[in-house]
Amino acid sequence: MFNASLKQLSTQLAEKKFSSAELTTQFLQRIKQLNPEYNAFITVNEEISLAQAKAADKMIATGQAGPLTGIPIAQKDIFCAKGWLTTCGSRMLSNFVSPYDAGVIERFNQVGAINIGKTNMDEFAMGSSNETSYYGMVKNPWDIAAVPGGSSGGAACAVAARLAPAATGTDTGGSIRQPAALCGISGIKPTYGLVSRYGMIAFASSLDQGGPMAKSAEDLALLLNVMTGFDPRDSTSLQRDAEDYTQDLQKPLAGLRIGLPKEYFAEGMSRDVANAIEKALIEYRKLGAQTVEVSLPNTSLSIPVYYVLAPAEASSNLSRFDGVRYGYRASSYSDLADMYRKTRAQGFGAEVKRRILIGTYVLSHGYYDAYYIKAQKLRRLIAQDFTEAYKQCDIIMGPTTPTVAFNLGEKSNDPIQMYLSDIYTSAANLAGMPAMSIPIGFGDKNRPIGLHIMGNYFKEAQMLNIAHQYQLVTDWHLKSPV
Amino acid sequence: MTLSASDVKRIADLAYIEINDNEAKEALGQLSGIFGLIETMQTVDTSTVEPMSHAQSVLQRLRDDEVTETDQHELYQSIAPQVEADLYLVPQVIE
Repeated sequence: MFNASLKQLSTQLAEKKFSSAELTTQFLQRIKQLNPEYNAFITVNEEISLAQAKAADKMIATGQAGPLTGIPIAQKDIFCAKGWLTTCGSRMLSNFVSPYDAGVIERFNQVGAINIGKTNMDEFAMGSSNETSYYGMVKNPWDIAAVPGGSSGGAACAVAARLAPAATGTDTGGSIRQPAALCGISGIKPTYGLVSRYGMIAFASSLDQGGPMAKSAEDLALLLNVMTGFDPRDSTSLQRDAEDYTQDLQKPLAGLRIGLPKEYFAEGMSRDVANAIEKALIEYRKLGAQTVEVSLPNTSLSIPVYYVLAPAEASSNLSRFDGVRYGYRASSYSDLADMYRKTRAQGFGAEVKRRILIGTYVLSHGYYDAYYIKAQKLRRLIAQDFTEAYKQCDIIMGPTTPTVAFNLGEKSNDPIQMYLSDIYTSAANLAGMPAMSIPIGFGDKNRPIGLHIMGNYFKEAQMLNIAHQYQLVTDWHLKSPV
Repeated sequence: MTLSASDVKRIADLAYIEINDNEAKEALGQLSGIFGLIETMQTVDTSTVEPMSHAQSVLQRLRDDEVTETDQHELYQSIAPQVEADLYLVPQVIE
């Protein structure tokens, strides 16, 4: 049951092989047994999860079940869930029991999915290793000396270690794809605007996008069918006709043109990652695809541009945490301004403060044009690179990360090295285009490697098709560390 | 661009984050490195490029000016640090 696909679980629930209450209990027990080692969950609430499971069993019994009814899903602790502690990995929200549900949580509740727990994450989603969480680091289940990636590290660990059949994540610069790659699972960041940001605690609003993390592309498609859709409460939510992301899964890949950006296959990518990518491309050629070299000339600028725009937006978004209406408040202070300063100094961790300072600086008087406007102009050039490349190919492939998972502590005191972990992923957020990672093998120290599949706007169904066809002829996505 | 420790303290002040001299010194080293990375942006001529503020170039949606939220102040204030008479309490501002 722990290795079953969502489709298999749904079929077994329908055939009464087990109830949702039994399935949920099994996963809760597994979390109890293994989470002390991995620290993938911040909060588990058996009472709420089991009540949801019993309600789901009624839906199944009365013929109201959908593909995810009764299935436990781990929710990243960035999604507000009514009655659940929702910390965003921060001391600032260490006492915040959300009074409302995020749009994504509502959608899962409506179809009778079970919230199996809130997963650990880098504080306010700022990090690539899950080491910035106030609740402690998460371990990579393939090698507990390694980071799981971040910021959705708890989610990736939970799926890889089979503590949950699937999970949600959010991706501002790679936070779904990088941990998915480092933990050997599949994850997709959809086109910006497809998944509601309502109740998803904001980091950089023009880049943030929620998405699913799971064992396979087929599971991702089922999850995306539930997660996407217009939400009037999110001002950037897109009004589009509903799409069935499973519809193209079975299409053959003959004639597919895969673009390989020459800038990605240059220095920086480690030998083991390059070998795994080459082997994956051989599989794709066998499936009938052809490869063409393309160019994304502004690739090296995506990290500097990202580290202007994301902190700028974060410094504005995080100004709401002031100890007045909710969350942490310092215990002693002299006046109102001192209360703000002490609350924020004590409530935020080092990386969050660092990014607020960067953002405050680039938005301050005299620097706005030189940094913020300059970065926005380069953002357009980066997006245009992709538009040009998609004239020559249907899809772009490359590595998700330059190396396999690094060791815990290896980069935690070197912010720049940490930021460069997202060298291949952040451009998709800047362009607002969809991108995903699937497991394609193992490298140094037997740690997982991910293939980055990037598509043009709204090409999720095609990308999932491309990933699914690979997973039909390989078994990397079925491998589990425990 | 060169940052100084007093710049760091000024930025922290703008951001309402208390910071002591040692922390400012440590932050200075890290921020200087990060701004070194950011400086590479200046190597590209963007004089003819329009800034891109958003991934989708769609118009901001408008809605009718109607009340859509119900009064839930008791629920919302139940998680506030300090509340009295339905008001959020903060240190005295006006003498």
